[in-house]
Amino acid sequence: MRVTVRLFARLRDLAGSGELVRDVAAPADVKTIWRSLVAEFPALADYERSMSVAVNTDYSRMDAAVHEGDEVAFLPPVSGGSGNREIDELAN
Amino acid sequence: MAVPAVAVTPARLDLQALVELVSSEGDGAVASFTGIVRDRNLGRRVLHLEYEAYEPLAIKALARIVDEAQQAWPGTRVALHHRVGRLEIGEASIVIAAASPHRADAFAACRYAIERVKQIVPIWKREHFEGGDVWLEGATADPEDRAARELAYKTACA
Repeated sequence: MRVTVRLFARLRDLAGSGELVRDVAAPADVKTIWRSLVAEFPALADYERSMSVAVNTDYSRMDAAVHEGDEVAFLPPVSGGSGNREIDELAN
Repeated sequence: MAVPAVAVTPARLDLQALVELVSSEGDGAVASFTGIVRDRNLGRRVLHLEYEAYEPLAIKALARIVDEAQQAWPGTRVALHHRVGRLEIGEASIVIAAASPHRADAFAACRYAIERVKQIVPIWKREHFEGGDVWLEGATADPEDRAARELAYKTACA
């Protein structure tokens, strides 16, 4: 089955693309997609513990089932808003 | 065109439009927050920032934050817009307005909203500084994380 993978921020930079279409064997879950992505782009592996995932533009989990045509997104830790308090505190 | 309560946009932000959107005759207070791009970070001279969003999910996360705040402080109305794309020093990256019959609730709802944005909205910033650039990474986004939500609530009420 065919799925669309979306990558953002540093994950996108590491993979060299923000959108990839991949064929995966069914049944698959988010973790299946992630594992094949890491095999393709080993530098992504470090993000497994800190990232979030989304399926079809809703937050999801690594064990969620993925179906034909789904969009699976991998999201590094977020940094929206204004200044970054956690990072500021590390500096002080 | 009607101003939406939540938005992710490359256009300049308009706080006054949000203030007008949330205000009604029963309100005694409108609190607002404007996040702006500053010229220093971690001892580096910042040149500009670049914000990137997973827009459909970011919109949903912002709407969730509005719902959470309006439930936590009944009678308040909250609106927030986040900008994306390249932002120069001094430009606003986010504007929030919270209206309420009472100032304590308006301040709290506004503070809660910015704390939650930093926790669960899929938006990232790349800092371009003198000598390089780097993606800044904050919180692992998990809307169901109750501890994070409680921390935002406590911060709002501190």
